[in-house]
Amino acid sequence: MRYAEAGYNLEVDLSTGNIERVETDPKLMETHLGGQGVNAKIIWDRVKPDTKPFSEDNLLIFGAGLLHATPVVGCNRTSVNTINPMTGIFGHSCMGGHFGPELKHAGYDRIIIRGRAPKLVYLYIHNERVEIRDASHLAGKGPGETTSLVREELNEPFAQVACIGLAGENKVLTASVEHGYSSASRGPGPIMGDKRLKAIVVRGTKDINIAHPQELFELCLRMKKWINDSNGCGDWMAVDEDDSFHHNNFAWGYSRTRIKNYWSEELQDRWTHWKYDNMDRQAGCYNCPKGCINVISWPGTKRFGYKCYGKDTYHMAAFKELDYTYGMLGQCLDWGVDSYSTPQAISLGIELYDSGVLTDQDIPNFPTDPGERVKFLLEKIVHREGIGDILANGSWWASRMIPGAESFEHNTVKKMEQLPIKLGKLNPAYYLMIATGEKMAITQIEGSFPQDPIRDPVKRKEFVDNWDAAPYQKFKDMFMNWEKRDQISIEDTCALTDWNEAMHYIDDSTGLCGFVSSFRGQFGGQVAYSFNNVPELITLATGMEMDKEGLWEICRRNRDLVRCINNRLGMRRVDDDPPKDHWAVRDPELEEKLLDAYYDFRGWTKDAVPTKAELHRVGLDYVADELIQLGILDPNEGTPAQEAAKAEEQKSGGC
Amino acid sequence: MGEKVKKIVKTIRVDLDKCNGCRGCEIACSAYHATPKYSAMNPSRSRIRVVMDQFNDEYVPIRATDYAKAGCDGRRIYTIKGKQYSECSFCGTICPTREMFFDPDSGLPLQCDLCADEKEPLCTQACPQGCLTYVEMEVEEEDKEEVKMDEMELGMKALLDKFGVQKVADTFNRIAQKG
Ligand code: SF4
Ligand code: SF4
Ligand code: SF4
Ligand code: SF4
Repeated sequence: MRYAEAGYNLEVDLSTGNIERVETDPKLMETHLGGQGVNAKIIWDRVKPDTKPFSEDNLLIFGAGLLHATPVVGCNRTSVNTINPMTGIFGHSCMGGHFGPELKHAGYDRIIIRGRAPKLVYLYIHNERVEIRDASHLAGKGPGETTSLVREELNEPFAQVACIGLAGENKVLTASVEHGYSSASRGPGPIMGDKRLKAIVVRGTKDINIAHPQELFELCLRMKKWINDSNGCGDWMAVDEDDSFHHNNFAWGYSRTRIKNYWSEELQDRWTHWKYDNMDRQAGCYNCPKGCINVISWPGTKRFGYKCYGKDTYHMAAFKELDYTYGMLGQCLDWGVDSYSTPQAISLGIELYDSGVLTDQDIPNFPTDPGERVKFLLEKIVHREGIGDILANGSWWASRMIPGAESFEHNTVKKMEQLPIKLGKLNPAYYLMIATGEKMAITQIEGSFPQDPIRDPVKRKEFVDNWDAAPYQKFKDMFMNWEKRDQISIEDTCALTDWNEAMHYIDDSTGLCGFVSSFRGQFGGQVAYSFNNVPELITLATGMEMDKEGLWEICRRNRDLVRCINNRLGMRRVDDDPPKDHWAVRDPELEEKLLDAYYDFRGWTKDAVPTKAELHRVGLDYVADELIQLGILDPNEGTPAQEAAKAEEQKSGGC
Repeated sequence: MGEKVKKIVKTIRVDLDKCNGCRGCEIACSAYHATPKYSAMNPSRSRIRVVMDQFNDEYVPIRATDYAKAGCDGRRIYTIKGKQYSECSFCGTICPTREMFFDPDSGLPLQCDLCADEKEPLCTQACPQGCLTYVEMEVEEEDKEEVKMDEMELGMKALLDKFGVQKVADTFNRIAQKG
């Protein structure tokens, strides 16, 4: 019997209409867990490097996490992976809500979609019954309307729906997949549009078997109470109205302008009223007691839900206040656009116009008020009209398509917009995470080791003593000895980056939410999930033996595999590069040392490709073989330190 | 006439505003009622369901209760605090007109038994948010023999309501003859 897993994939070819239910190899759980881990393996095996993102051969995979549909609390992130048309590399994307667990109850661990439908369709899944259905009546509709229409016509009030809005249909590269008030950005939206797949509707009524059900259930019931009461879990921005951090520290407009003393008590008071006077509730995701999603009914717009910093990006792009964003979000949700990248593409457009690179000929009737301008360009982008057709590709591509614009673009890594953070002095850990991460958002990389040291030694000690999430003593020692943000050894920087990343690789493969796990530990240290308890949960759910070291090894394998997919798509050391102006004061020598040390730590070559020995170690020999065959990996090349030692030896040899 | 006796009435109080839509109640109820206990969890076997429409901000947990044709006050649309709730949202009956509260495999009805063997129902335990709270009230009422239907009777009743006497009788006869 399979535990925790459904044991089947659903294969859908939209070009031929072929649908298959395919039993999966149980070994994959042992090597990659589930979710993004297994999705990456499928993409390595089946999406060849010459595949264009917008082609029938690109896959779009909705993967449930290994622990979805078990009692594990706060476990609901569905990994949606594809080749991201904006970056041209593996698209890391996930969404909360209820989709993954429902999919498992329908009897599938993932849906693998290839091809392109001849016309707009949606996919309907009710256990074994799977149909590709006409969606022409849903064209241009937003997620609210789409969801209720399909539920009604299928008579499935309990079905879960993931869909795209107009932006996705028009293949806007910053479009997202919408599911309730959760969304999956960074790639899947435009791919779903390209495949002419409007929506996936899933309803499942089957059991998922658990290896040690009673123990797991009782443990999870206790954890649910603990998470509910804990300040160390969930999005604190849902309850703390002091948002001086983003407004005083992040850059406004096209990530250029910092307003250091923006926040005030008077402003906080006014914004708090806007929020609570118009809030319907704070909603959560499947099996989680937290309420991170603020649901707002703002006069004149459709009801919307947002999390976290999602409420800031539009007004910060337009130099407005919260009421401006509230006035926008209903429409943004309806169109299905990501609120991180889109405002930056828009504000690049505004900057280009103000600089004379774009003229009235390029943008006829362009308004003068910045708020009106943002709305104007958003509408053009979503409809891919005029200048919007160019900006719809994101700021990196737009700046290369508009003559004279390239030098203006300044806030991308690997062609994708980053958070608008512009700081003074280089921060080694953040340098490494932003440079080498390939998840395109720092929030998907950072998160376990605190961002800043605690100055007061007594408080520091207290923190460390209560720090249950720290996987090894070395992290506690590291923190005890840490005095100044930028003064931390290269070795420690690599180790903490590894821990931060590994936690996200746990979440992506099990389906846990970062707010109870990978992202949240850095703030206060009191987070629900860590290397100290996830192995036990995996064992109880799956019956598979698991410990800290074993779990870390899987994370390492999954991380290497994603890197190899991207190497095969052309990514190298030069691409491991933060935005030039992320820090005003850079330290090129230290940065090179950090990169070398990180590649050493990971077992990668100087050019950022996992070595043959590393791939052998994590059981990915078949990956090494292909990289060698393609000429991407030299089988004799070691890590930077190994190569340096070899060179030393050659110098002293022969005498 | 029966004597007046004191009785403990157990019930679950619902505070709609506190529901965050986590469906932990569904998970817990289905796990508790699985055979063997906790062996599987499956919200579609739960005796409590959250009628949920996020875009309409509708979150209504309802527990499966007895169905009587006469008891139906129709498919109504309620408007509470200016918000419209869709038809049947507040109705907890094992109503033959909808899929809810019938076991997806056997088709048998699922009824809330208030987790009689437990100190506290599982669904309220799984709701630390406080949307569901367990309450015991002491009431005085006349002592009358309560006829409780067992599971088979409940199942029969649902079948009769759904298909009518004739169809059920025909099917019963056919199966009985084959057996
Ligand atoms: S912590 Fe918040 S975002 Fe995460 S699963 Fe719970 S409710 Fe959803
Ligand atoms: S457990 Fe409570 S909060 Fe969660 S869905 Fe059920 S009633 Fe609502
Ligand atoms: S669910 Fe059935 S019994 Fe309840 S109101 Fe609707 S039709 Fe009537
Ligand atoms: S009281 Fe028990 S049987 Fe009734 S809905 Fe709650 S968990 Fe289910």
